[in-house]
Formats: sequence, C-alpha cells, structure tokens
Amino acid sequence: MLSRTAENLYWLARYVERAEYLARTIDATLRVTALPAAYIGKTNEWDSALLTAGVAESFYQTHEEANEHNVVDYLSFSPDNPSSIRNCIEAARLNSRSVRTALTSEMWDTINSAWIELQEVWSKGTSTREDLAKFLRFVQETSLRFDGSAYRTMLRNDAYWFSRLGLHLERADNTARILDVKYHVLLPEEEHVGGPLDFYQWSSILRSVSALTAYHWVYRETLKPWLVADLLILNSTLPRSLASCYDNLVRNLDQIGVAYGRQGPAQRHARGIRNRLEHSNMNDIFQHGVHEFIQEFIADNSRLGEIITKQYLI
Amino acid sequence: MAVAFDEMNIPGGDLRPAYQELARWLKETPPEALEYRRQEAELLFRRIGITFAVYGDSESTERLIPFDVIPRIMSGKEWTLLEKGLKQRVKALNMFLRDIYHGRDILRAEIVPDDLIFQNPVFRPEMNGQQVPHDVYVHIAGIDIIRVDANDFIVLEDNARTPSGVSYMLENREIMMRLFPDLFARHKVAPVERYPDELLSALRSVAPHSASGEPTVALLTPGVYNSAYYEHSFLADKLGIELVEGRDLIVKNNEVFMRTTEGVKRVDVIYRRVDDDFLDPLTFRPDSALGVPGLMSAYAAGNITLANAVGTGIADDKAIYSYMPEIVKFYLGEEPILKNVQTWRCREPKDLAYVLDHLSELVVKEVHGSGGYGMLIGPAATKATIEAFREKLKREPEGFIAQPTLALSTCPTCTASGLAPRHVDLRPFVLTGSKSTTIVPGGLTRVALKEGSLVVNSSQGGGTKDTWILDE
Repeated sequence: MLSRTAENLYWLARYVERAEYLARTIDATLRVTALPAAYIGKTNEWDSALLTAGVAESFYQTHEEANEHNVVDYLSFSPDNPSSIRNCIEAARLNSRSVRTALTSEMWDTINSAWIELQEVWSKGTSTREDLAKFLRFVQETSLRFDGSAYRTMLRNDAYWFSRLGLHLERADNTARILDVKYHVLLPEEEHVGGPLDFYQWSSILRSVSALTAYHWVYRETLKPWLVADLLILNSTLPRSLASCYDNLVRNLDQIGVAYGRQGPAQRHARGIRNRLEHSNMNDIFQHGVHEFIQEFIADNSRLGEIITKQYLI
Repeated sequence: MAVAFDEMNIPGGDLRPAYQELARWLKETPPEALEYRRQEAELLFRRIGITFAVYGDSESTERLIPFDVIPRIMSGKEWTLLEKGLKQRVKALNMFLRDIYHGRDILRAEIVPDDLIFQNPVFRPEMNGQQVPHDVYVHIAGIDIIRVDANDFIVLEDNARTPSGVSYMLENREIMMRLFPDLFARHKVAPVERYPDELLSALRSVAPHSASGEPTVALLTPGVYNSAYYEHSFLADKLGIELVEGRDLIVKNNEVFMRTTEGVKRVDVIYRRVDDDFLDPLTFRPDSALGVPGLMSAYAAGNITLANAVGTGIADDKAIYSYMPEIVKFYLGEEPILKNVQTWRCREPKDLAYVLDHLSELVVKEVHGSGGYGMLIGPAATKATIEAFREKLKREPEGFIAQPTLALSTCPTCTASGLAPRHVDLRPFVLTGSKSTTIVPGGLTRVALKEGSLVVNSSQGGGTKDTWILDE
C-alpha cells in the first residue's frame, strides 16, 4: 500500500485514541475534584490533567492558573491546543478523507458523523456539567464505535495492522503519561503509609484507563498502590496496560513482517521493549525507581514511533 | 430570447412519451411523500460525504450540491443521436490535438488562425513532436450539451482537460435506486454502473509499450483541499487503483514509481486530476507542490501515459470552440452532428463591434475562464455592470467571446412551491481507449434551481439530477 495511506491510517487511529483518552482524563479529574478538599489534599488536579495530556507547557503560555473551566476548555475545544479533542476529531476526519479508499464505510461513517455532530452540536463548547458529561460520553462512544467497526469490518491486511499500530502506540503513551504524573502516589508496600488522600488518587488513575472494575477482578483486594502500578504496567490481561499494548504492537509488526516477507528495526525494537516488560516485576521497578522506568518507557515508545515511520511511512 | 424547450410537456397539454410514466407516478404520489424522500436523499448525501469545496468561501469549505429527486428522462432514440454526435466530436478533438502538436495541417489550410494556437497560454510547446501512447490525447471528455428543440442538441462547451462530475452521475443513480425502487420498476432505465469498468479498461488500453502485461494505473489528485477531492477518492475506490498525490510519486531513470510500505512500485498510467501547470515543477510552475519533479521527462521517454495528455487545453479553449464545426469537417469530412452555439469572436473587429452594440442581449465569456466565473449575462445585468464590462472588453477583446442567451430546455423540478420547470444542461462522459470510444448512457444533468436562472454551475447555486436514458 502507499506509504502515505499507511501513515494516515496510523495517525487516524492515534487521534481517535487520544481523543478518548482526553475525555477519560477530564472525566476522572471531574470526579476527584468533586470531593471535599480533605479527601484529595492540596494538589491541583487540573494541573495534573494538563500534565498527563502533555500540554501543560503550551497551556501556561496563555493562562495564569489551571482550573476546571479553562482546562476543560483547553483540552476539549481550544483551537490553540493542537491535541484538543476537537482538533483530534478534525484531524481524524481529515486523515479519513485522505484515505477513504482504505476505510470501510462503517469507519468513515463513524468519523464523519462525529465530525458533523462536533460542528452542529458542540461548536460552542459546553456550558453546564450535564452538557459536558454528554460531550465526554459522545467522544468515548465515537472511539468505541470506530474501534469496533475497524475490528468488525476491516480486512486483516496491512491497512488494519498499521491502524492497530497507531492505536497501541498511542495507548501505551497515554497510560505511561498517567503513571509519569502520578508516580509519587504509587509507592511500594514497605513505604506505604496509607491515608485517605491517596485512595482517591488511585481510583482516579484506574478510572482514567477504565480499569477500576478490572482491578477488583484481578486482585480481589482493596486498592493498593503497588498493585495499581502492577496492573497498569505489567498485567497483560488489561488492554490499556503497557504490557498488553506491547503484546499487540509486537504481533501487528510481525504480521506486517510476514506479509512483506521481511523484518526490520521496528520489529526488533518492539520485541526488545516487550521482553523487558515480560521479565520485569514490580519489586525491581520500584528499586530502579518508577519514575525512571516510566520515563525510559516513554522515550522507548516514542522511538518506536520514529522507527515505524522511517521503515514504512515515508 | 426564444421560448425554452419543455422536456416533459408538449405545448397544448400533451406529455412527451418519455415522461408519461413519471407523470402518472407523480400524480399518485402525495407531495409529502416526495418531500420526505427529498430529505432522505439529502441525509444520505451528507452521510456519504459527497461534498465539494467552494474556493474563497471561508465559512464552510465543504458543501453539498443540491440534488433534485425528479429524474431527467430521455428516450433511447434521442440518446442514439446524441451518442453519435459525441463520438464524432471527440474523435475530431483527438485528431485536432495530434495535428496541432505534429504536422499542423489545419493551420496550413488556414482553418484555424496561427496566433490562436501559438499565443495561447494553454498551448504546450513541450508537446511539439511528442508521441503520446496510442495517439490518444483526450481519454476522458465531458461535453456540455444543451437542448433547444426536440432534435436539436447543441454543444455549449468541450471539457478536454480534467472534466469532473461523473461521481455525481453514479451516486445520483445509487441514491435514486434506493429511494424510488417503485419508479425504476415502472421504467426501463439504461444502467450507468459500468462506467468505472469502462474507464479502467480504457486507461489500461493506453499503457505505454514499456509497461508490463498488467499495467499499474493510479489516480493523481491535488489532495483533500481540492474541490473535486470526493470524486477523486470515489473513482479510485471504484476502479480499485491507488489514489496518489504528487509526493507519493518519484521519477527514477525516466520511470515513475509510487512509494509504498514495501518499497517503490512502477506506475504505467496516471489518470491525473491535476492541471498541466502543476504537473511537474521542473517543466511548468516551479512553485507547484502538487506535482512530480521529472514527470515530463518520463512522459517524453514514453514510460508513462498521462490521461488526459498534456496540452489538451488547446482543444477546449473557448476561442477554439468557435472553430469546432470547421474542425470536424476538416478531419472527418462529415457534417457535424452536434451544432455549436453561435459565437462572436471578439478578437475579430467586425464581431467585436456587434458585441459592443448588443451587450445587453448577449452572454460574454472569458476565453480561458471556467465554472461560470467572470462572465457577463447581458439580459440579467445592471447598466453599471454592462458598462464596466464594456471597458474590460475594449481593453482586451481577444480575451472574450460572446454568445446569444440560450433557452436551455426545462425539466420539472422540486421547488418550495411544488414542481416547476427549471433549466437544465447535460454533461455526458466520453471515454476513448486505444481501440474504441464508449459513452455510458446518460451523464450529469445540472439544473439551475433559481426560477428563470440559466446558470447551472454548482459553484453558483446549481443542482444535479439523475439522468435516465430509456432502453426501449
């Protein structure tokens, strides 16, 4: 297939995944900030939301302080924020238009309808909490529909695999960013002092990757920070964990390698990251430092993006 | 202005045969039902994303072309005549182009004046003596036809560069079949769906000799911001060929390749929807980011077929248009089946004098204009507009031609106050391959939705209709 087509499919999936992640981040932050101050401490959760979205720097160039009103607007609707939800959907539609011939009609319909709804219903942003909740649900449902139609209607060929690569690379990046911002509340067992403050932080982290229920099913335990970290980093049964994302990245890259009859640096690099995750346990990671581990992961993950681009997309 | 030909009603109250069944159906169908289907059609078009862009319109870069659900119907007999005329015309266009870029017999015979060719900006000296594969220049032609009487079809314009609109012909039919299955059951409508197949085989038939047995065809688009982008992606999809942009192609050793995820792959035929000027920055406009550097040298080396060929603008230029009847006679020795609109060439002093005297009755067009821009419609213009245009015309008479205001035929059309006649034209698409010329029965009918309006261009408030040729 054309390199540009592969590139568009890859970015299309990334944009949709990012939009959903932003919606989840806003949703989780709203819940945490709705609690009385005594339960969450003095941290500015809206500042954390900006950090996990990776847009804090650009935000503070035009804003003094972060609050619900301006962060929700910045993450959802701001034309100045290149990765606001609106810009993600706009970019996804533009990418879809460029590769219409590679999309199934169900996928096109999902993106095109979302884009039309964005213009017709959400062009002025949201004015009430109810509105905002509706908007966030709309974004998450768009992503689910898109993902579902890709899964159910696309031929299993390189078009599908490149789109999956975009999705898993973006997803791994998103999960890693939450961990990067919240690493200070994820402490190993022996350092854990407990307290009501952190409980809500942990549940908020899980909620932003829709893993709160999953946690209870996996561990059958009350929330423990080291288990939260274990779930998000190493547990390959959780679709948004780093381990699961890399299982998928390795599989999709292998499928491309087999179809094209050759492997390359992307396959090797992805396998390297997957092996590291497979052979790690939380004790080692805590010893090494969660923060350092996550920072390395983020760098490795974005390096994979560059390698894929070089090997296939240009 | 003459009275417009009504395609449905015969003066005196009778119906023309082709429309009898439709009239019966309309009588049985309550207006609400029609309105409901009309809304449904609009919803479908929007969902499919069949849009076009209007340049210079910042508010919305994508718009829908209004679709009218009442079909425009022609009898098989009428079509047969039209088809014959179209084939004749396109054959002459191809022979003319071949001659202009080679022997130039027609200039020596003084049928067309030299300066009209050599001083024309759309003449491409790069094409002089250049062999194009299978001698086909215009593979896809869109000939704009108007009807002024029962058997009088007139060519309004030849489009020999990158004519668009065929996606509407196909999508209009799809949607009509979905919305009005009962109406189709009551007519025998010739299908149009094999157009993509015909196009693909025409394109493959003109592959260069250096191509492999299974030539690779690609469609070259300027990109998503082009007004006809939807059509480009639609056609690429239907033809099953790659939709490429300039940056997807590279030229190596005078061969053209596309960049794929598995390395580069040779391309043999490019159905290009990019204008000559932007095709190759090394030959034409150096600032073009839409083209492919080196494409013209691959073309000169005979390793790639461009459809349509470079330089075909010289055949559909409005100044050349007025010579078409003579051109047909010169190459084919036949009387032209399709007539031309009477045309005054403002470059000729006698004609200019007449035009200046009759501005309020005439339509004056820019020789190089298209899309209905930059023209004066005398009867509809204010005095001030006419005077301003007069100055323009005097300054640069060779830039204009003038024609009488024509009575485009009318068809029943949905309007706010019920069905009413509106003016229509027709653009059939003529495909020329190495061996044969084919035309899918029908074409794109454009309709001027405003009462009395004669401007059918989509950029100026025109709509489209499905065109039915009855298979009797």
